[in-house]
Amino acid sequence: MKCDDNCETQLISPQQSQLVYRAMQNGLSRREALKLLGIGGLAAAGLGSLPGIPGAYAGETGDGTPRKGGSIRVAAHSSSTMDTLDPALGDTAIDYVRAFTFYNGLTQFDEKLTPQPCLAESFETTDNGGRWVFTLRQGVTFHSGKSLTPQDVVFSLMRHKDPDTGSKVMSMAEQIDSVRAIDDRRVEINLVSPNIELPSILAVSHMMIVAEGTSDFASGNGTGPFVCQQFTPGVRSVALRNDNYWREGGGPWLDRIEMVGISDESARINALLSGDVQLINSVSGRNAGRIEQSQGSAIKSVNSGNYTDLVMRVDQQPTSAPEFREAMKYLFDRDQILRVALRGYGEVANDQPVAPGTPYYFDGLAQREYDPDRAASLLKKAGLDGARVPLVVSPAASYSEEMGQFLQQSASRAGLQLALNRVPADGYWSNHWMKHPLGFGNINPRPTANILLSQFFLSSAPWNESGWHNEKFDQLLIASRSEPDAATRRQMYADMQTLIHDEGGIGIPVFLSDIDGYDTRLGGMQRTVPLGGLMAYMFPEFVWWKG
Amino acid sequence: MRHTLAVLVLSRLASSLVTLFLVSLVIFAITALLPGDTAQQILGQFATPEQVAALRVQLGLDHPALIRYWHWLSGFVTGDLGQSASNGVPVAQLLAARLPNSLILAAVTTAISVPLALVMGMVAAMRRGGTTDRVLNLVTLSMVALPEFLVATLAVLLFAVKLGWLPALSYVANVESFTDFLKIYTMPVLTLCFVLVAQMARMTRAALIDQLDSAYVEMARLKGVPPMRRVLRHALPNAVGPIANAVALSLSYLIGGVIIVETIFNYPGIAGLMVDAVSNRDLALVQACAMLFCGAYLLLVMLADLCAILSNPRLRNR
Repeated sequence: MKCDDNCETQLISPQQSQLVYRAMQNGLSRREALKLLGIGGLAAAGLGSLPGIPGAYAGETGDGTPRKGGSIRVAAHSSSTMDTLDPALGDTAIDYVRAFTFYNGLTQFDEKLTPQPCLAESFETTDNGGRWVFTLRQGVTFHSGKSLTPQDVVFSLMRHKDPDTGSKVMSMAEQIDSVRAIDDRRVEINLVSPNIELPSILAVSHMMIVAEGTSDFASGNGTGPFVCQQFTPGVRSVALRNDNYWREGGGPWLDRIEMVGISDESARINALLSGDVQLINSVSGRNAGRIEQSQGSAIKSVNSGNYTDLVMRVDQQPTSAPEFREAMKYLFDRDQILRVALRGYGEVANDQPVAPGTPYYFDGLAQREYDPDRAASLLKKAGLDGARVPLVVSPAASYSEEMGQFLQQSASRAGLQLALNRVPADGYWSNHWMKHPLGFGNINPRPTANILLSQFFLSSAPWNESGWHNEKFDQLLIASRSEPDAATRRQMYADMQTLIHDEGGIGIPVFLSDIDGYDTRLGGMQRTVPLGGLMAYMFPEFVWWKG
Repeated sequence: MRHTLAVLVLSRLASSLVTLFLVSLVIFAITALLPGDTAQQILGQFATPEQVAALRVQLGLDHPALIRYWHWLSGFVTGDLGQSASNGVPVAQLLAARLPNSLILAAVTTAISVPLALVMGMVAAMRRGGTTDRVLNLVTLSMVALPEFLVATLAVLLFAVKLGWLPALSYVANVESFTDFLKIYTMPVLTLCFVLVAQMARMTRAALIDQLDSAYVEMARLKGVPPMRRVLRHALPNAVGPIANAVALSLSYLIGGVIIVETIFNYPGIAGLMVDAVSNRDLALVQACAMLFCGAYLLLVMLADLCAILSNPRLRNR
């Protein structure tokens, strides 16, 4: 088996797709170019992305043909002295963007969240996910001039397992048993237990490949599309186009990208509207209208799978009663939350954590509607009607204050008194999250459904938010990691989502959209990767300046 | 006289040291009381207890609080400000990158606001009760009442977004010509002047009026001394004490308290550094910033007192 799910659609090789792309560059239309290969019929089969060159079709988006040149400034919502160019330590959007600016991973997500070859030219597993072989691309050099070798990959991946690194993905890296070079081009990765989704894990920003033995990351010495000219934590970074970039026939286009952090949202929007920056992230639904109404700037809203969820601890009173938990899920007026709190920038969710539009989303579950009467009878059954229960909300969990207020109102209709307990954002995650019977959490998008479910729903997971234990779920999750048949795997994910929807201790009312604002002279912004704003942090390679 | 002045300066310096020591203790205690520690802040929402424990050992957070304080203090006394826990960069280097920005902003603002405030205060005092005084009174009162975030935001909306004359952000790195300098500093300085001028002008007016009401000025007036000379030669030297104190307070605010202006204009100054440090529980950096602000405050107040003494013959010759 080769390249995960992609086998089903990967009918042409990266080399062929490059051929198609070059032909198009020379003035052929896509259809003509495909005819060149005698596979014109494929165009009808939804050829969304050609393997090997993500974003190759950027030229078709109405932004004209990409061209080289231009310099932009980007403002992210958060930047502090903790900013880092060490991919393993990345903590905020600006860190992730810089990781994708200066480095590459072995794999890279396309617009369907399928991992495509990147620094690895190809990859395969010999035993359904236990042992993997990645073949490295030839002729790739770091910005320092050093060639990419298997030793760099061994170093980059194994350092996550060392507690002294302080890696943000240490728990994910624990499944890696060993990484070793087979010869001067191939790397073997052995996992503790099989995981068919390893290529997706290697596509996240933390897993970028750094040069062997690097201890000071301040120079951003990677193989990525841009070279780091300047980096001052908490102030700014300047990236210049890497003209020796290994990928042919695509970006990077821009001459220069300057990145700064502007924590104040209205200051960030003002900077965009006044033309001081050309791209910003983290715009709230409340302010998106200001950008839409302006001349020369636009918003891009991406459903990323980010959610704020009601956490009901199954090991504490009164949330241990299944009827209580079900009642709370019926008390969400999801349409109202979407319309009023999010101003429509989101999507109604159904207490299942896998977002629509991502692989493995199960659409067969009936939508749970707002039903205070049903909630009232469930509460009565649990002997909890008329009870007074504290509900912890905080600005740390986005929109939890608004959601708490709506819940409070609908709960009173069902004969339940919710006492809102507002706590500050500072220290929320270490002191309040998962510690109260009834509170809120906020879960950022995860690259694969398996990571999401493993980190937040597996009985033994440290962030099993509600303390939920379900043996059947655990078995399904472990088994799905080594299930070679895609249809069977899909069914397993459907069963797991049904279990969470029916019995789980969390309520997910809506998925939140990530909203970016950009100068309309920035080309290529149509590309969407449903993992987060700023093109899932990967925009630098794919955008150009129309001037 | 020299002797008494030296004694005064020395005793003030000694008491400043004690104050700094006490402040460092208080800051340490408060930082320790904040929920969460550096390790938790660095690792964020999704840290496992093992990771936090490992990082705590690495950062030396597993030692008792008193020992950690002693480590910091013994380093500080020998001039070693320590390392920032959140990114491993020496604190001195972080301060060196930001302090010049804060000092430039403070210097430009001072150069504009102090003369302006003094003139406004003097004119208001001389025209007491007249239309000029009333107008100035109204203006300064409204300036005091307007919060600086409002002034800054309105200025950005008007000059940057609507008119497009000035950049919405301050990039100190891009200053290449005097025009750049003007573009970058106009709005932050304007905003800060709004707050400071009003306070200083009102203090100047009050201090001068106090003197103008006194018997010796009355005497000067009866002798036929012209109004300008009465104010500048007779009243002003006696009002220097309170005015100098008002100026000192405003300046100490400029060094550490301009967080709102730094945030809105994205100006990389030292107040933002301290806010970062507190939210990251970065003790060495918090302490260094606190010592800096506190030291600057004590120094400025001492200078103001010296001004008052030197300008007052009665105190000077005592």
